Amino acid sequence: MNSREHILSKIKTIPRDEKPLPEIPDFSFEGDLVEKFTQSIQANKAEVIGEDELADIIAHNNFRKILSLAAHFKDFSNTELPVDPHQLKDLDLAIVEGQFGVAENGAIWLTDENMGLRAFPFITEHLVIVLKKNSLVANMHEAYKKIGLAHSGFGLFIAGPSKTADIEQSLVIGAHGAKSLRVVLK
Amino acid sequence: MNHPQEAAEFLKDVANAKWHDDTLWFVRDKRDKISKSVPEWEKLRNLASDIKDNVLANLETYLVEFEKNAIANNIHVHWAKDAAEHNQIVLGILNEHRCKAIVKSKSILTEECHLNPFLEKNGVEVVDTDLGERIVQFLNQPPSHIVLPAIHLKKMAISDIFHEKLQTEKGNDDPYYLTQAARKHLREKFLAAKVAITGVNFGVAETGEFVVCTNEGNADMGVHLADVHIACMGIEKIIPKREHLGVFLRLLARSATGQSITNYNSHFRSPSLGKEIHIVLVDNGRTEQLAREKFRNSLKCIRCGACMNTCPIYRRSGGFSYGSTVPGPIGSILSPGIDLQKHSSLPFASTLCGSCSDVCPVKINIHEQLYEWRQEITKAQGTNAKSISMSIANGIFAVPFAYKLSASMMRGALKILPDSITYSGLNTWGKQRDLPELPKETFKDWYKKNRK
Repeated sequence: MNSREHILSKIKTIPRDEKPLPEIPDFSFEGDLVEKFTQSIQANKAEVIGEDELADIIAHNNFRKILSLAAHFKDFSNTELPVDPHQLKDLDLAIVEGQFGVAENGAIWLTDENMGLRAFPFITEHLVIVLKKNSLVANMHEAYKKIGLAHSGFGLFIAGPSKTADIEQSLVIGAHGAKSLRVVLK
Repeated sequence: MNHPQEAAEFLKDVANAKWHDDTLWFVRDKRDKISKSVPEWEKLRNLASDIKDNVLANLETYLVEFEKNAIANNIHVHWAKDAAEHNQIVLGILNEHRCKAIVKSKSILTEECHLNPFLEKNGVEVVDTDLGERIVQFLNQPPSHIVLPAIHLKKMAISDIFHEKLQTEKGNDDPYYLTQAARKHLREKFLAAKVAITGVNFGVAETGEFVVCTNEGNADMGVHLADVHIACMGIEKIIPKREHLGVFLRLLARSATGQSITNYNSHFRSPSLGKEIHIVLVDNGRTEQLAREKFRNSLKCIRCGACMNTCPIYRRSGGFSYGSTVPGPIGSILSPGIDLQKHSSLPFASTLCGSCSDVCPVKINIHEQLYEWRQEITKAQGTNAKSISMSIANGIFAVPFAYKLSASMMRGALKILPDSITYSGLNTWGKQRDLPELPKETFKDWYKKNRK
């Protein structure tokens, strides 16, 4: 008997009572979604900025390599998406479009089609996500309803920059992934 | 060594022990604050518990469904009945790809299987990429906490080991500086690795996808740059539907660190073009635990670590005192099932105060199971000194007259009781504890005076 059969047959011999799967009720949220989203993602150490501010930030920072996959900000790009993600190792700024945001925790949903390469939002020094205000949902239950059974090879809820508190619980932004996350809320 | 002996070692450094206690309490406090900001918190805990009950009642069905969907998504699925087989499967995949160096993100399961020493023995360089895990790996230590692996270390100790291994400035213990040094060092490892290993937080039967949560982004840096991703998953990590992720992701980070969600929550459904994903489904004692009805629901655990942060014993004895892969209250009900002899002192490393059960996001009755394990262990070992002193106390509290009498007797006795009795071997509770300062009168006397 192989291990698969061994494990499955062992489980089958264990008498257990049937336990029904619960229904997940609708948990209502009363309040302003934009306000709540902004508070949540700021708590995760991300920033919410306007469209004009992005141009300012780019003008005042010495970003050498910029790649925007967000249609609206294509003009900021000065490089192309490579075939091999390793070539993104010196990327200073990545700009992507988010599909929707979650107000309760600031999480933003991205899939393969937003990222070009899966490493893209991680390997970059700084990340900007462009998000529509009217895409916001209240909580994670609504978020998964919105995703439904849509098929994507890779999906990501990203809620802030890379961070760690592994040294004496001191919060440090910029562990392995992007050192900053700015969200352009349109 | 058993838990009390190890705890005594930990407590020798009084300042460090106090720091450890305070720091974990701070995390517990953050968890309290954020959980109270979610009005449906208790409903979520009930839902999570009920979903996991359903999973355990139908585990075989969900595993088969998960496997079928994962295979349809071009994921390779492997089954391992124990740690040895798990390690062999991983090594087999590495050999197939002629891979001699891997990066690994946090996985308690691979700790449980002792994968690192096994791979190293077989000539594979293993780099743990979670910052806390890299720190303890440099020091040849296991993690002392499942979420905060290096919580037992002060920053100067980290500065010293980084100076030795990463040539950082001697004496510079600034957390930002040290983290940036690790970032630079680990980037090279990420860029060079052909195979990346991760754990799994949740596997979804309905879609065959699995979810990995981190704050550092180390799991993603590893797997998206490597050609092959190996995900090691305990069979109890299955959940039925994608919508259930909504419940668990709301609970996990809030319970673990008091944040609303981890910054990266990656859903792996199928590999990118030209790449491979392997999942290793591991039993390693989980089916035995499933068969123990009293201890079954310990398998609901989502590894948030909240029970450790709240536990008065864990906070004051440190993760290493448990001598098990998963320390703290949840570890003390999981580990005896794996090796009763080795872990027999763990269910006694508890005040049975129930705080662990109160904070558990999936409502495991941890303290009741600790009590159940005590019965099992006592049956197996006969009475010990602690149970004798406990039964004396039970006799006093059971009889009101004896209690009244003993209260005033004790008041006299506490003052004159020599340390040789208070701190004798018979009274385990005397260790690392001072007797409280005595009030001038008994509560009964005070009440008589003030309420008449």
